[in-house]
Amino acid sequence: MNQSRRVVITGMGVVTSLGDQLDQFWSGLCAGRSGVGPLTLFDVSEFKVRFGGQVNDWDAAARFGGKEARHLDRFAQFAMAAAISAVEDSGVDFSRFRPDRCGVFIGSGIGGLNEFETQHTTMMQKGPSRISPFTIPKLMVNAASGQVSIKFGLQGPCSAVATACASAANAMGDAYKMIQTGWADLMITGGSEAAITHMGLGGFASMRALSTRNDDPPRASRPFDRDRDGFVLAEGAGVLVFELEDQARARGARIYAEVIGYGMSADGWHITAPDEEGRGAARAMVRCLEDARTAPDAVQYINAHGTSTPLGDLAETRAMKQVFQGHARKLQISSTKSQLGHLLGASGGVELIASALAIHRGVLPPTINLDNPGEGCDLDYIPLTAREAQVDHVMSNSFGFGGHNASLLIRRYK
Amino acid sequence: MSVEERVIEIVCEQMDVPKDQVTRDTHFTNDLHADSLDTVELVLEFEEEFDITIPDDESEKIQTVGQAIDYIEQHSHAKSDKDDAVA
Repeated sequence: MNQSRRVVITGMGVVTSLGDQLDQFWSGLCAGRSGVGPLTLFDVSEFKVRFGGQVNDWDAAARFGGKEARHLDRFAQFAMAAAISAVEDSGVDFSRFRPDRCGVFIGSGIGGLNEFETQHTTMMQKGPSRISPFTIPKLMVNAASGQVSIKFGLQGPCSAVATACASAANAMGDAYKMIQTGWADLMITGGSEAAITHMGLGGFASMRALSTRNDDPPRASRPFDRDRDGFVLAEGAGVLVFELEDQARARGARIYAEVIGYGMSADGWHITAPDEEGRGAARAMVRCLEDARTAPDAVQYINAHGTSTPLGDLAETRAMKQVFQGHARKLQISSTKSQLGHLLGASGGVELIASALAIHRGVLPPTINLDNPGEGCDLDYIPLTAREAQVDHVMSNSFGFGGHNASLLIRRYK
Repeated sequence: MSVEERVIEIVCEQMDVPKDQVTRDTHFTNDLHADSLDTVELVLEFEEEFDITIPDDESEKIQTVGQAIDYIEQHSHAKSDKDDAVA
């Protein structure tokens, strides 16, 4: 492994229920605000779950023009908006880069579900000849990566990872490796999701995976709390610019943090339930630390997967105890999903952004709604209020249906 | 609204171009840079708006705004209803 090629984060962009500006997103997180509320994207009155973390006032035509907006599914619109923000934030001028040295890895759990449903309805009502020619290019899970590569004219590695709720984390881990091993010098990477649709909401609700706290949506996502009853479906995107450190330094870029480790594993256990002992999650964290050549006790903050499901939060806590042993009690941990809900394949992207900002701005966002820790959830989850702290090593965990586990480690850039 | 006005409106909407740039002579590919998917989508919009079915071999011949207007005027329901009535 070529350890001399360091990888740094130079740009970040978000689309979330707490806003699409980085400062707005971060101040919302640190203030402990919830982006969860009643769903209004379509009529949800027949659904068992009627709330979530939706992106409000989304006007794609105003952002992209009518034609481009029509040719992007909502998930690709989010990815495109976050990618444009991240590139602007990085200050990169692609005309000064070799296009074949720049690439895009944007993950999504499901892809263009809105388009799939819309066209299916059209087909059932009007017949197969009325199916739009843009159906497939809009719904495919790689549409976000493909469209972003076209937008910026990037010609290097370009792919899409689909590992459910670990999609963004796997995409970013793979992107990090692309730069580290010399395939590319810059990668636009992260995740995007827009699965608050009839089928998305109904499907997750049918699994009994979602919180049913319809009477109090902002309090529904409560990772590690005694009264947690499932995750909260949310949508959005988190996209970052990963860059070769030499190049970033040479152009005087602002560097948020350095990416130093990536680990992945499979539970090999069950298609949706986590290994109850958290063995798969623990393997991902251990691999990540090994990849980073970093001792467990160097880690100060973990942005947990923490979805607010009864099994998941307990399994992750057990995994952290296995990996960090006595140091687990000193870890500061929080779940950004307590505020945003679960962005599925985009969650790892917004959470790595939160992790990088924690280092860069010296504040650890809280786990809101953690009023009474659940049984076995006995670590420091930064309950209710943000905490000022200088942290140098931060881990971000993402786990997905299918039994996918991914962990990333970043550190303060020096 | 005439067929011509409605066709031009659809073209402007679909291709994101102002009305003063679209005439009967406007060529979808050469003038508006429509790709193969755009042209299929335009034909679908015409079919939807005028409640007609344009066979693939016919739709491939529709390359300008004028050709679209002519085809629709010859095949739209209003026209065929009238033909039926006369027959």
